[in-house]
Amino acid sequence: MSSNNAKKTASSVQKPVQRIVIVGASLAGLSAAESLRSEGFAGTITVIGDEPYAPYDRPPLSKTVLTGWLQAEHTTLPQSVDLQAEWLLGMPAIGLDLGNREVELADGRRVGFDRLLISTGTHARQWPDLAQAALDGVCLLHTRDDAVRLRARLAARPKRVLVIGGGFTGSEVASVCRELGLAVTVTERSATPLIGALGAAAGAFAGQLQRAHGVDLRCNVTVMSLEGDESGRLRCAYLSDGDILDIDVAVVALGAVRNVEWLRDSGLAFDSRGIACDAACRAFDINGMVTDDVFVAGDIVRWPHPLYEGELLAVEHWGNAVEQARTAAHNMVSVPADLQAYKSLPAFWSRQFGVNLKMIGLPSFADEVVLTQGSVSERRLVAAYGYKGRIVAALTVNMARWLPAYEAMIEARAPFPPVLHAPDSSAELRPVPAGFPPHGQITHSPNAIKTGPGPSIPSPEESPTSDKVKDPRVPPGFQPK
Amino acid sequence: MLRIVVDLNRCESYAQCVFAAPTVFWMKDEESLEYDYAPDDSLRVQVERAAAACPVQAISICCLDEQLEQQGGNHSEQQ
Repeated sequence: MSSNNAKKTASSVQKPVQRIVIVGASLAGLSAAESLRSEGFAGTITVIGDEPYAPYDRPPLSKTVLTGWLQAEHTTLPQSVDLQAEWLLGMPAIGLDLGNREVELADGRRVGFDRLLISTGTHARQWPDLAQAALDGVCLLHTRDDAVRLRARLAARPKRVLVIGGGFTGSEVASVCRELGLAVTVTERSATPLIGALGAAAGAFAGQLQRAHGVDLRCNVTVMSLEGDESGRLRCAYLSDGDILDIDVAVVALGAVRNVEWLRDSGLAFDSRGIACDAACRAFDINGMVTDDVFVAGDIVRWPHPLYEGELLAVEHWGNAVEQARTAAHNMVSVPADLQAYKSLPAFWSRQFGVNLKMIGLPSFADEVVLTQGSVSERRLVAAYGYKGRIVAALTVNMARWLPAYEAMIEARAPFPPVLHAPDSSAELRPVPAGFPPHGQITHSPNAIKTGPGPSIPSPEESPTSDKVKDPRVPPGFQPK
Repeated sequence: MLRIVVDLNRCESYAQCVFAAPTVFWMKDEESLEYDYAPDDSLRVQVERAAAACPVQAISICCLDEQLEQQGGNHSEQQ
């Protein structure tokens, strides 16, 4: 056992848990703290967060906050129990010393723990050219501050907004732009928006919606460079299709990067895909051993789900942050016999272009998809996703009430195409290929993906060729020499 | 200070909350619920009715930790 691993002795396992530290003060961290108190934990809870705000809710940032309906400061999350916690906000954690069970903070302080929850989530992927990223008018959208800045930009009525990346964040921003009557171009390097999350078949529907609402949607196109005027204000964008766009706002919506950097040298098993843990939310160390005192929850996690063949899932959903944090909290203060396995189905919602999209299960696991109810023309439909003859996910468009029925089918591993007795279902279901990009092809809307089996030793450096493929400026089909 | 949060995974758009507290909850398009997380305290009774009326019980009402909100930092006081 290497020196940076916590020593596992019988006495350390049975020591009463008095100090719990939570690193990450967002939805997962807050949910865990609430659960710990509901479970009767009476010791100290310290919550460490890099942002200067109490936990707030992110989904409205790309919807009601951007349209101006909701003040950003109103997104603060309610606290259902009196947490009696110590909050260290605006204070990033920069290191983890497992041997001494201490978290190291940016100001040099060290905070000791008996149990640690890591829920540091993600941050938005930057535009790769830093000089271009710094131009006045180039925006990200991940935090409350980002939302306030972007809201101000949109309220100033820009002549055209460029959204780089057609994942959920990009699509929702484009939807808000149209709602506000602003001209908007979306560039998506894949064949359709939302392809990573929903596949090409459903993505084609999402693309139709965008165009029907007046979005200038450009698929199979990347942005090669952004250019400013002499005062550093964004002026135009050069696209891979040869076009030059006259724009004053660009929203970089290229997906999320896991906040794992601070765990470097901690001895935990993490890489850019997240931190690997077992079904009880206990983190793995680099030797593939499960830790007894380090737990993980939320967007940063890769964990084994029984319905998806032991693949480790990474899920960037609101519901996952809440549920996984609750399971982790329960397990942090439980004896081994009382441990619970985390096996919630992924579920999410999105509002864009006049429809309510809801999903249950893991679409990206599927090889086929079929329209089971409703119709594309009505923009009210249910689509079921199948993998090798069983149903693995379902998507509803303005038909959310059907979702629980499909959830039950997915849990029961029901056959695909599903046998329905719904009044609006056609007699003969015609599955089509789901159309997910090949494994390893980068999209910016994975949202919920399988990340390979088992914890692996993190690779310190990625090869130059993989960086080429990841660079969002590289046009599709480009072959690195 | 009154604070609410709705589990939109659970929400099935029955819109009973919109009937009960129309200035706090509203339907966007056909099926998307939008709401104000921080309704005025004078609306408490309405919001409680809305939460009680929700067929899928997706609405949580809580209070805000005002000190934490004000300070955005070191806070460990008894309340």
